[in-house]
Amino acid sequence: MSGIMVKNITKKFGDFIAVNNVSFDVKEGELAALLGPSGSGKSTLLRIIAGLENPDMGQIFLTGKDVTPLRTQKRNVGFVFQHYALFKHMTVEKNIAFGLEIQKKDKKEIKQKVEELIDLVKLNGYNKHYPSQLSGGQRQRVALARALATEPKVLLLDEPFGSLDAKVRKNLAQWIRDLHNRVNVTSVFVTHDQNEAIEISDKIIVINRGKVEQIGNATDVYEHPKSKFVASFVGNVNVINANIKKNHIVITGTKEKIQFKEKTEINFQNIVLLIRPEDIIVKDNSTEDTVPCIINGIYYRGSFYEVDLKVGTNNVKSLVPKEDFFKFEWRKGTKVYIRFRKFKIFEASEGHKKVHEMLKQLGYIE
Amino acid sequence: MNSSLKRFVKGNLTLRGIALFYIGLLIILPVIAITTEAFKGGIPNLWKQITLPQALFSLKFTFIIALIMLVINIITGTATAWVLVRYDFPLKKTINALIDIPFAIPTVVTGMMLVVLCGPRSLIGEFFGKHGIEIIYNKPGIILALIFVTFPFVVRSVQPVLIEMERDMEEAAQTLGASKFKVFFHIVLPTILPSILTGAALSFSRALGEFGSIVIVAGNIPMKTQVASVYIYGEIESANIQSGLGTAVVLLLSSFIVLIFLNFIQRWSNKYGK
Amino acid sequence: MENKTNCVEVVRKQKQAGKWVLISFVLLWFFVLIIFPLIGIVRETFKNAISVITSSLSSTASTHAFWLTILITFVAVVINTIFGTIMAIVFAKQNFKGKLFLESLIDLPFAVSPIVAGFMFVILFGPGGWIGSWFYSMNIKIIYALPGMIIATLFVTLPFVAKEIIPVLREFGIEQDEAALILGASQWQIFWKVTLPSIRWGLAYGVTLTIARSIGEFGAVLVVSGSIINKTQTATLRIHDQFTDLNYAGAFSAALILALISFIILNLIQYAQKRKKRI
Repeated sequence: MSGIMVKNITKKFGDFIAVNNVSFDVKEGELAALLGPSGSGKSTLLRIIAGLENPDMGQIFLTGKDVTPLRTQKRNVGFVFQHYALFKHMTVEKNIAFGLEIQKKDKKEIKQKVEELIDLVKLNGYNKHYPSQLSGGQRQRVALARALATEPKVLLLDEPFGSLDAKVRKNLAQWIRDLHNRVNVTSVFVTHDQNEAIEISDKIIVINRGKVEQIGNATDVYEHPKSKFVASFVGNVNVINANIKKNHIVITGTKEKIQFKEKTEINFQNIVLLIRPEDIIVKDNSTEDTVPCIINGIYYRGSFYEVDLKVGTNNVKSLVPKEDFFKFEWRKGTKVYIRFRKFKIFEASEGHKKVHEMLKQLGYIE
Repeated sequence: MNSSLKRFVKGNLTLRGIALFYIGLLIILPVIAITTEAFKGGIPNLWKQITLPQALFSLKFTFIIALIMLVINIITGTATAWVLVRYDFPLKKTINALIDIPFAIPTVVTGMMLVVLCGPRSLIGEFFGKHGIEIIYNKPGIILALIFVTFPFVVRSVQPVLIEMERDMEEAAQTLGASKFKVFFHIVLPTILPSILTGAALSFSRALGEFGSIVIVAGNIPMKTQVASVYIYGEIESANIQSGLGTAVVLLLSSFIVLIFLNFIQRWSNKYGK
Repeated sequence: MENKTNCVEVVRKQKQAGKWVLISFVLLWFFVLIIFPLIGIVRETFKNAISVITSSLSSTASTHAFWLTILITFVAVVINTIFGTIMAIVFAKQNFKGKLFLESLIDLPFAVSPIVAGFMFVILFGPGGWIGSWFYSMNIKIIYALPGMIIATLFVTLPFVAKEIIPVLREFGIEQDEAALILGASQWQIFWKVTLPSIRWGLAYGVTLTIARSIGEFGAVLVVSGSIINKTQTATLRIHDQFTDLNYAGAFSAALILALISFIILNLIQYAQKRKKRI
């Protein structure tokens, strides 16, 4: 059963279309990430699910029920705000108890539930503290406990780690994943950080300019990006300009060609190759499918080396495993050869589709 | 936004209606009423009322006195704020707490305090009297009263800006070789200028309209020590509504100009960002 | 070496000297302007025998005047707290045409002369005024009566509560409201449990300022009241009356009481302000 279903949601602010006919589905118990750059409409979408904004078109279903006409209060969603929105004049336990008190729950029951939640978010001993006396990570956990107190059907988190520093962010992200495994409430979190999305979510919904670009798990989105935007937003990518001449790909600014295995008769100007750094293999010797280039810089990155290369007029980056690196005596200016393990070509015009087909046949792309 | 919250806060027409009604009844309607009344006899007649010798004198006198007060208050107010923020000295906390006293004390009481202190029968009054200087019932007394009632304005508007002002700007200027005076005039002053002007505008408008303390301190002699508000009050008392209206409209207009000026400063200082 | 330290010493002393000149200038100014007058009024009051003071304070006219002041202040505080809060919510959270203009209009009572303020109400609510004529036809007197005095006080204290809360509400934003909404709170619950507690010190500050101004208001109330003994004479009007009648004992003892009240209010103001900053 679907925990959250978003169906053809559109939201305009004046002339600006913040969310453009978006649909997706989050299964019950899933942790999904809404990933996109700032201004992509992902937060608006989250607020529409919560009922904080009304959509101009479309419907929202929570656990199979159409909640579009329901007011926020009646939707029973948990929401963790980007800046937590803790009630500053209330203690930690008062904050957590708020939702239960509104529901006029029994005092004893409230107390017990609050204790449970404080235990869950590991804030024991902080019951009587005010939000201003807590660190960012602690506030975040209070916000989470407060949202979970009313046992919501779905949990929505708006940039939950946005205002924390790197170290806390990483720990907390992992902790939320663990917590989710235990509490197992359908959750959606908004983020602009691809690493967060990849690390902890079951499903990633990539959003750009109010539209869904791709939906899939981390591997799908990273390995098989469906658009140029997804490829470049999720992970690092090299952008190489090239032309296709008969049975070769000719990289712009060089005479070097990558020969296709089979003969074809397609000519196409100005295509864009997208290649992940780890898919560029650097070699010492040339073969049929390699391109010569010059090393522009070498950077130690701990477990691997990052190598800047110049291919014609293009600058590309490659990640070289340490052991490969030590085999050769590479330094700035050394001439080496690179091979593309796989790459993607994006552009939707008719001609490109043909190229795409062809490359698919040739095994360069899936 | 959720429709219910929107209805309650953002688009709540009942709340807005109440607010507008209140402002309309207490501010807009009275202003319109007095303006209509003033223009009822036509502009030439209004002009005649304003330029009656007594009326015209009271207006001129008020503006001149207020300007003198303004100069003194800008200097002493800024100095006080500076000392309270930047230096440590005994009694600092007490003095800081007492700055607001002029706002809390009724203006009539203020006037009486000054009479007791500087009146002809007091020590100070007698001393100056011997040298032919009359403080109370004359200009110095009026200026003194105005300075007293408006003293907190400049101090209280400059103080927070000075507290928040980052010292590193000054220190940067010092490392670049700027002298203390240069630092003050090129770095500090431009930063606190908007707040000085805000305080100054507030005290100026207060001084133009001040009544309670002045009516006691000034001799209120027409063409000599009568300020505009005292003149208007006199006209109302003697049922010369029309001649009071002219001066009142001029004062009202000045209040609006001060408000516009304040808005202008606010926008200007917002441009610097926070 | 020794020379150098001397130089440093001299520079340091010069700096110190400048600082202390400025400090003593400010201290002197402060004492002349604020402390001396305060001492003066205390001394003047106690020049007279205590019996004179008490008798003049307990005269029916004085008691009546003080009670009238308390009544007007109370009514003004209640009304302006309610309307001030509503205005603040409207200006901080709503958007509509002419909002900026109206918001700066709220400041008008600060900028306008109390005499002109009183004058405006005499014209509007007087027997011949637009609103006044209607009330007079129903035999309700506003000017030279209590309603007029309350209206004048409402006018001069109108900005305090609203102006104190608006920035607090703006800074407070809408997130906490939304959080409460999601947790199921109704509009009233949000106002009482979330909004009000967070603006309480700003509100307290605005209220104390309103009280101080209501007690001290003179010009506007003078114009609309007619200052009729035992009827429309507030404490400040009474003091003024006694002072002009050369009844110094009565005037100064009443003034001292008002000054004392002001002092207490001042302390309340500062307390509220400190708390406001903390939260």
